[in-house]
Amino acid sequence: MLMRWQLAYPFQPIPIIGEWLGDTRAPGGIMLPEFYNQLGAMHGTIMVFLGVVPLAVGGFGNFVLPLQIGAPDMAFPKLNMMSYWSFFMGGVVMLASFFVPGGAANSGWTSYAPLSVIATTGQTVWLVGMIFLITSSLLGSVNFIVTAVQLRAPGLSFMRLPFFVWAQLVTSFLLLLAFPPLEAAGVLQLMDRVAGTSFFLPSGLVVGDAPLEVSGGGSPLLWQHLFWFLAHPEVYVLILPAMGIVAEIIANNTRKPIWGYRLLIGSVIFLGFMSFVVWAHHMFMTGMGTTMSTFFQTTTMIISIPSVLILSALLLSLYGGSIRFTVPMLFALAFLPMFGIGGLTGLPLGLAAPDIHLHDTYYVIGHFHYVVAPGTLLALFGGIYYWFPKATGRKMNDLLGRIHFWGSFIAINIVFMPMFIQGLSGMNRRMADGGLEYSMNEDVLIWNTVISMGAWTLGLFQLPFIFNFFWSIKKGERVGNNPWKATTLEWSAPSPPPHGNFIEPPEVHRGPYDYSVPGSEVDFLMQTDADGPQAEPAKG
Amino acid sequence: MDIPYIVQERPDTGLTNVKLGIWLFLASEVMLFGGLFSTYILLRINAVDWPLGSDILNVPIGTFNTVVLISSSVTMVMCYAALKLDDLAGYKKYMAATIGLSVLFLGVKLYEYVDKFSHGDYPSGSTFLAIYFTLTGLHALHIVSGVVVNGYFLGPGAALWNTNKEQFINRIEAAGLYWHFVDLVWIFLFPVLYLL
Repeated sequence: MLMRWQLAYPFQPIPIIGEWLGDTRAPGGIMLPEFYNQLGAMHGTIMVFLGVVPLAVGGFGNFVLPLQIGAPDMAFPKLNMMSYWSFFMGGVVMLASFFVPGGAANSGWTSYAPLSVIATTGQTVWLVGMIFLITSSLLGSVNFIVTAVQLRAPGLSFMRLPFFVWAQLVTSFLLLLAFPPLEAAGVLQLMDRVAGTSFFLPSGLVVGDAPLEVSGGGSPLLWQHLFWFLAHPEVYVLILPAMGIVAEIIANNTRKPIWGYRLLIGSVIFLGFMSFVVWAHHMFMTGMGTTMSTFFQTTTMIISIPSVLILSALLLSLYGGSIRFTVPMLFALAFLPMFGIGGLTGLPLGLAAPDIHLHDTYYVIGHFHYVVAPGTLLALFGGIYYWFPKATGRKMNDLLGRIHFWGSFIAINIVFMPMFIQGLSGMNRRMADGGLEYSMNEDVLIWNTVISMGAWTLGLFQLPFIFNFFWSIKKGERVGNNPWKATTLEWSAPSPPPHGNFIEPPEVHRGPYDYSVPGSEVDFLMQTDADGPQAEPAKG
Repeated sequence: MDIPYIVQERPDTGLTNVKLGIWLFLASEVMLFGGLFSTYILLRINAVDWPLGSDILNVPIGTFNTVVLISSSVTMVMCYAALKLDDLAGYKKYMAATIGLSVLFLGVKLYEYVDKFSHGDYPSGSTFLAIYFTLTGLHALHIVSGVVVNGYFLGPGAALWNTNKEQFINRIEAAGLYWHFVDLVWIFLFPVLYLL
C-alpha cells in the first residue's frame, strides 16, 4: 500500500506512517526512489516465497494431504519441523534485511545480475535468506512425495486420489527439481559478492565512470537462465495447489463427480513436465537468437494446452450440477474467470513478436497478478473457508464471508484490470514515479490513482475476514465431522483431528468423487463406504 | 495410529519411507550439481581463453585424493555388509575407517587450498579459480555433512542396533547411498577440473 501511495501521488509526503520511516528511507515523509525499489523487490520475494507458497503448499498441503490419503501424519515429522524452522529463519533473515545499512535488496525479486552483484548489503542478506527458504522447500517436498506415495490408506490407489493430492504431488516434484539450480545460482552470486569472483560480471564493466576491478569473463545471462529455470516451474507451484482446492470445492458443491478426472490428472502431470522447458520465454529480449526464441515460443504454446484442459474440465463440471452457493463455492467460481483472464493474457507474452512491445510493461504485471492474486489467492481463501470446520470443528460466519467475497472480488478487479490498459499503452514497470516522467504515459496516469484506491478498498475488505477467522475459532457455529457432505477421506476423521488423525485406520472402497451415484439413497458416498452401489468408471 | 512403513517395505511400492526419501533428496542434489556443471560448461565455451586444469592444479595429489575417496566408499559398503552379517564390531571398524578416510580427504583438500592461497591464487583471480573453489568447496561441505552423519551412527546412533536392528540397517543403507553420491560427484569433478 505504501507503493501504491507513491504511484498515485508521486513524491508527496506519506500520511501518518511517513514520519516513522526515518531519513534514510523517506526524509520528511517523502519516499526516496531507492526505498521504492526495496519495497518492489521485497514485495515480490515476500509474496511468492513467504506468502503464497507456504500457505498453499506448506499450510494446506501439510494439513489436508495426510488427511485426504488417510495417513496418521506426514512420513517424516522431524523433517517437517526442520523444514518449518528453516523457513522461519529464512523469513526472519529476509525481514531483517530492511534494517541493514543501505536497506533491503533492491534489484527486484529476480535479482538480475550484474546490478544485483554490485548492489548494497541487503542483497547478501537476501541471498542468505533465500538459501534458508530453498532448503525448507526441498525438505518439505521430499516429505510430501514420500507421504503421498507411501502412506496411502489401504484401497486408495493412485487413480482414487483426490485431485488436490495429485496437484500437491506434482507441485512437490517441481519444488524438488527446480529449486536446486536456483540454490546453485544463489551460491554463485554469493561468491560474486563475498569472495569477489565474477561469475555474472562480464569483462570491462564500468560502474560510476570507473572500471570495476574484477577478473571478468562472467555472464550476466547465466543468472537469468538459472533463475528462470526455477522461477517458471515456480509459477506452477503457485497455481497447481489452487487448482486442486478449486476442484475439491466444485465437486463438493455441484454434487456431481468432477468432469474428466483422468484428463485432469494427465494434464497436471504433463504441465509439470512442460514447465521445465519453457523458462526462456522470460528472456525473449536478451538477444538469444530466433531459433531459441522459436523453440521456447512453441513449448510455451504447448504448455497452455493442459492449463486450458484443466480449466475447461472444471467449467464443464458445473454443467448439470445442483450448485450450492456456499462461501467456498463463491471463491471457487470466481477463480475460474480470474485464472482464465490471467492465462489468456499470457498468450501474447508467450509469442516473441508481441512480447517486444509488451515486455516489462504493466501488462506483464497485470498478467501475472491475475494468475496469482485474483486466481490463486481467491482459491486459497475458498480453501480456508472450506477446511476451516475440519481444522477447528466450527464453521466460519456466512454473512461476513459473503461480504469478504464480494468486496474482494470487485476491488481486486479494480486493482489489476487497469494495469492492462496502462501496459498496452507502453507504461513501464518498476518506476518510482509511476511513469510520470514520460510524456507517452500522460493518458493513462489517471489509472494509477484508481488502482491505488482499489488496493486500499481491497485491504479494507480483508478486515471482515481477519475478524471472522479469529472470532470463529472460539465462537463459530459448532458443526459435525462432515458439514459439507463431502466424500473424501479427510471428512471421515474427527474435527479437529486428534494426534494420529484417524481413530480407526480408514479403508477405501471407491473413487474420490462419488456424488449422486445412480441407485444410491443419499447423494454422496464417502470413500470409506463399502456398501453403497459402485459408480460407473469415469470416462475421459 | 503410528506412521507405517518405517521398517517394513510397503508391499505395492516395495520401498521403505527412508529409501524413497533419500533417493528423492539425491535427485535434487543431481539438479544442484547439474546446475553448477552447466554453469561451468557455459562459462568455458564463452571464455576467450581457458587454462588447462593440470597447469594450475596438482594432478598427483588430486589422483591420490580420488583413491582415498573411492576407498571410503568401499569401506562404507563393508559397513552395510557387516551389519547384514550381524557383526556390530566389524561395522564399527569399517565405519571408523570410512570416517578416517573422509577426514584424510578433507586434510589433503585443505593442503591444496592453503597452497593455492599462499601463491596468491584466490577465487577472485580468474573464472577458472572461481568455479574450482566453488565446486570443490561445495563438495567439501557435503563431505563434512557426511562425516557428521557417519560420526553420529558410529557413536550415539549405534544404540538403535540394540532396540531395532532392521531400522538401523535401513539408516546405514541411506547414509551409504548419500556417501556414494558424494563420491560420484567427485568422480565427475576430478577429470573436469584437473584433467580437461
